[in-house]
Amino acid sequence: MDITFSTDDLKFRDEVRFFFANAAPEDSRQLINNPDTYKQGVIQWQKKLFAQGWVAPFWPLEHGGAGWSATQSYIYECERVVAQAPDVVPFGLKMVGPVIYTYGNSEQKARFLPGILDGTDWWCQGYSEPGAGSDLAALKTRADRDGGDYIINGSKIWTTYAQYADWIFCLVRTDNSGKPQQGITFLLIDMKTPGITVSPIPSINGVNSLNEVHFENVRVPQSNRIGEEGLGWTYAKSLLAHERTAIARVADSRSRLDRVREFASSEHQGGRPMIMDEAFRTRFTTIEAELMALEYMELRVLAAMASNRSPGAESSLLKIRGTEIQQALHELTIELAGLYGCMIADDEASSADIGHSFGDQARKDFMYGRASTIFGGSNEIQKNIIAKRVLGL
Amino acid sequence: MNFSLTEEQQILQDSAARLVGQSYSFERRQQDVGSAAGFDPELWKQFADLGWLAIPFREENGGFGGEATDLMLLMEEMGKGLVAAPYLATVLLFGKLVEAGTEGHLCDDLLTRLIAGQLQGGVAFMERQARYALNDTCTRASRTSAGFVLSGEKTMVLNGPVADKLIVSARTEGSQQDESGISLFLLDTTTPGLDLTSYRLMDGQQVANVRLNNVQVKSGQLVGQENEGLALLQGVINKALPGLCAEALGLMTHLTNTTIEYTKARKQFGVPISSFQSLQHRMVDMFTACEETRSLIYRSVCSADKPDTQEHLRNLHALKVITGRRGKRVGNDAIQLHGGMGITDELDVGHYVKHLMVLNSLFGDADYHQQQLATLSLPV
Repeated sequence: MDITFSTDDLKFRDEVRFFFANAAPEDSRQLINNPDTYKQGVIQWQKKLFAQGWVAPFWPLEHGGAGWSATQSYIYECERVVAQAPDVVPFGLKMVGPVIYTYGNSEQKARFLPGILDGTDWWCQGYSEPGAGSDLAALKTRADRDGGDYIINGSKIWTTYAQYADWIFCLVRTDNSGKPQQGITFLLIDMKTPGITVSPIPSINGVNSLNEVHFENVRVPQSNRIGEEGLGWTYAKSLLAHERTAIARVADSRSRLDRVREFASSEHQGGRPMIMDEAFRTRFTTIEAELMALEYMELRVLAAMASNRSPGAESSLLKIRGTEIQQALHELTIELAGLYGCMIADDEASSADIGHSFGDQARKDFMYGRASTIFGGSNEIQKNIIAKRVLGL
Repeated sequence: MNFSLTEEQQILQDSAARLVGQSYSFERRQQDVGSAAGFDPELWKQFADLGWLAIPFREENGGFGGEATDLMLLMEEMGKGLVAAPYLATVLLFGKLVEAGTEGHLCDDLLTRLIAGQLQGGVAFMERQARYALNDTCTRASRTSAGFVLSGEKTMVLNGPVADKLIVSARTEGSQQDESGISLFLLDTTTPGLDLTSYRLMDGQQVANVRLNNVQVKSGQLVGQENEGLALLQGVINKALPGLCAEALGLMTHLTNTTIEYTKARKQFGVPISSFQSLQHRMVDMFTACEETRSLIYRSVCSADKPDTQEHLRNLHALKVITGRRGKRVGNDAIQLHGGMGITDELDVGHYVKHLMVLNSLFGDADYHQQQLATLSLPV
């Protein structure tokens, strides 16, 4: 039992460090942090990764992946966080891409995969509906056959960055007769098709990333269907475990913990740095010990994946603990800022004008961070999954 | 990166699981614990025959040169079966101190007998006023022409009533809280002036307070260097911690599994209570607690080859914090989900919980180790 890296792994780590040192991730990061230039920053960074051949390392080689081992993915992720480089947006690269190369036909692969890799096409995910959240199989958006097309009617909700999207991948209902999971079909829909409207849902952090997408008699060619009609649930579900593993964001939490330590050294109260405050020390080390456990839970999942066992219900465990720890860190950071955790910095008054460096960001992170235990299947749903599949309850 | 077991480790795990699973029932455990020694000498003989008493010792001392992984595997299985045996006291504490602090004929003789199952030991490091602080030592060892004379009282010595020999920490220099100036001495429990008060802990195991009334010892009874006993003792305790927590994990795993089985069988309102979501989620939390504990055991096992690094020490503190916190939670939930049955003496649940509580209070509880972790992680 050991976690030592092989010589090849260490060589790879140097390669990753060299890349980050030269790719100027901070330029893209700054663009991404500003809502007005967000999309530009994401695409700029994605193109750099694409040029390096690292934009979708976990994809099979023949589709443009890098053929990394689980250890290499882990090394990349650790180095990415140290370099404070942006993560890729998951909808194309981590969600629909794998569905297309696994279940799509050769025309679909040729048509869609290149645009996902090089950032030409921005994708969004059309799963949840106003009446179908945790109970996703209750979705009602209808797809009725009409000649060689489907006619789509219904609404999708919580669609992240739909306002930027060129394409949406959707689960739609093609049959009502059987069990709810049957009769669901996986469709790729061009966002420019007539009948689609996007309405923003301003969210709790004051940023507009979420939307509702309405479909009114939207005509979609059957050639945009992935696999067989009625099997969409199976296609979507088979890849959810990977999404959950990624949501744990273990390396990001480690880096945030380090930042909290720095904040606590600079924040003072009664002439003493907060790093000396007993309550703070207890909260910090509680999170630290839990994160140390999470880091090894992730390594164990990666090691299992490396020996070709898929991340099954363990990914639900990672999702639960990963998001709980993220939220505990957000909470500790905003409360460390004290009343400054309530401040809003904007064009009128910047953080520097107000006189506090991290209060504004702490508030945004805290507020939006509440979403992490809800999306990707709420943590309660993850517990249901573990109860059923692991504990046999 | 690799968390899989070698063939030898797999064999060790299998044989431990077999012994515990097939021939060590809960009824037998209760009988063993209730006996005068608090364990079955025949079982100890079996441990010796299986080579388990030799695992952590160097090959030149007749041991197997086992690693942290081996101890983890063995101790976890012992935890699952709630095995009553003084493995921690005799092998991991006394034996390892002998190996680290004595040499030549003395070391050979003691370890040969210990590995053969013919010697029981204990380590007397605790004092009434010290709680978990090992440095807080009042017991004095004053120099005489022939050696030393020891006076004071050590408390809660694991395996004390059964031990043939004890290693006792006493102050040869400095004041009560000093880290230096503590020395370790090897004593026969029959030494004149050494009085034992025997009692039991809540899990049934035998412990003793040891009163030293001007006990004469020779210089040759020193274990390790004079005045440098604390580091030696701390090093041996640190080596035992992953195994101790693995035993705790074994207990937690059993408690989780037995709770799952119970809720599936127990019917109320016409359905198994395992169908209730509030109970299901609590059991998921119990399972998660076990997985977190296991992850930190692996973590400290992986850094055990660098025992003096900050990294390893942080791993050990975090391990003790999480094992303590999650262990408490699993224990309490196991009792709660068993309902009234959970608080009976008849069911094994309460007995697992009590042993778990003892393990989690040994060598510092979660709060104590969290403070130690803070000293390393948040230096001021």
